[in-house]
Amino acid sequence: MSRTLVIGMGNALRGDDAAGLHVARQLRERGFAEAHESKGETASLMELWQGAAVVLLADAAQSGAEPGTVTRFDASTRPLPSAFLHCSTHAFGVAEAVELSRSLGSLPPRVIVFGIEGKSFGHGAPLSAEVEAGVVEAVAMIETELKS
Amino acid sequence: MSNDPPPPPRNTRTIKVDYLARVEGEGALHLRVKDGLVEDVKLKIFEPPRFFEAFMRGRPFREAPDITARICGICPVAYQMSSCHAMEAAAGVRVTGQLRELRRLLYCGEWIESHGLHVFMLHAPDFLGYPSAIEMAKDHREVVEMGLKLKKVGNDIGNVLGGREVHPVNVKVGGFYKAPRKRDFAKLTEDLQWAADAAEKAIRWTANLPFPDFEQDYELVSLSHPDEYPMNEGRIISNRGLDIAIADYEQHFEEEHVPYTNALQSVRKGHGAYFVGPMARFALNFDKLTPRCQALACEVGMDPGCRNPFRSIIIRSLEMLYACEEALRVIAHYEPPDAPAVGVNASGGTGHGCTEAPRGLLYHRYRVDGQGDIAEAKIVPPTSQNQKTIENDLRQLVPGFLHLDDEKLQWQCEQTIRNYDPCISCATHFLKIHREEVRA
Repeated sequence: MSRTLVIGMGNALRGDDAAGLHVARQLRERGFAEAHESKGETASLMELWQGAAVVLLADAAQSGAEPGTVTRFDASTRPLPSAFLHCSTHAFGVAEAVELSRSLGSLPPRVIVFGIEGKSFGHGAPLSAEVEAGVVEAVAMIETELKS
Repeated sequence: MSNDPPPPPRNTRTIKVDYLARVEGEGALHLRVKDGLVEDVKLKIFEPPRFFEAFMRGRPFREAPDITARICGICPVAYQMSSCHAMEAAAGVRVTGQLRELRRLLYCGEWIESHGLHVFMLHAPDFLGYPSAIEMAKDHREVVEMGLKLKKVGNDIGNVLGGREVHPVNVKVGGFYKAPRKRDFAKLTEDLQWAADAAEKAIRWTANLPFPDFEQDYELVSLSHPDEYPMNEGRIISNRGLDIAIADYEQHFEEEHVPYTNALQSVRKGHGAYFVGPMARFALNFDKLTPRCQALACEVGMDPGCRNPFRSIIIRSLEMLYACEEALRVIAHYEPPDAPAVGVNASGGTGHGCTEAPRGLLYHRYRVDGQGDIAEAKIVPPTSQNQKTIENDLRQLVPGFLHLDDEKLQWQCEQTIRNYDPCISCATHFLKIHREEVRA
């Protein structure tokens, strides 16, 4: 059976960088068991989505948009812009995992990235109000995607 | 043809090379060139440990490993280990037996993981002319897949021992929260046997990369232990006669403030720049490597006299093999300890800890007050210890690169800096270069 999974990424200790983790948590609370949390480490991500048919990724973004804005990006056919995702601790992460998988021919057929524009990425800071709202919006968008 | 007027003559030109902005992976290099000669080289590195030193004041001593593990996503074990050893030294406690062995195993995992990332994903593309591992993967699929799998075996040691792979949470002052069972290692043993063979292939593969003809007379500094290749313990030694206890580190090394970077640059007092990391460990502890590692080193022409920093990529591969063999040794002899940790009470004392992070010596010192809270913390990461040496290398190498366009110049500089696997190297293009040309 084809597998669909959601991976929420981020660093729990870096303010709005944790947005993706909150998305995964909320989806699990709402009954979607295949929602995973990840630090975004390349090799682990690639192993996690190995053999999946659909992968929905949620992560904080830093693109200059209004904080809390959710951007949907279809990475199935075109490269994920590296600057699109905020890579908090070390930059060899999500974008590299997607592109390496693509180079190696192991990228799942459908990969959608939901970027939630962050406002502050301070050490130990909580989620900003804008990003909290963005997380709720991303959860709704992912649930729609899961039904389609 | 362009109708733009020619630019006005100027004495000074500053070139900004585009780079990918990465929050913590940011470095900048200022080159000042006069009449075709390099007048000045300044490397600017963002350095998070400074923040953590202040952040830790007033926190209970037991929190040090958990807090410092957050400093680096690639070498959290190193930060945990240096802080644990420092706190245990402050309390006068020694962790021995199987708990000591488990720490060594955890460190093996970090070396495999970190070296795997660096060798295959970050440094190899530089040698082969690819902008990143993503492009390299198209032509060298098997090598990249092997690298990813090797890195994953390192992560898996962290999973079994550390609780989770990126920021291990199972480590505590005095040992672990929970000791693994023997059967937890069943799959790891099989994976590590594969990884040792893969590391052997990596050694031969990296040895065939094209290396620039570049050697310097460095002062190499690493830990040294009478019985083992150094990870957690030992004395600090150098190839120029240094031989000191860890607690005496600050009597012999000092950090200089340099105005252009928020990082401090370390020097050995009265001696100057020095070099920590795989090349230093290899040169000073070659006789402690396993026979298999030594034989492979000889086969590919690597000996303790190597002073070409570009060849560090081969040494990282040799250290991956060593870490696989050492991990297999620890697992084969493992018996669960009676207790997962020994009791430690570090109130009212000062402790020093020094361990070998994948990228070199990592020094911690803590002063703990009578309530057991941290009164003072000092962390000297390997990258700031190597910074002056990196600048010296660039000063030697850049004159030979000046004919290159900015893109190629940036690439050559990045490759040179990546020899040291600085924390900033994780970004594929981490460097912003300012080339200032001054004409008389």
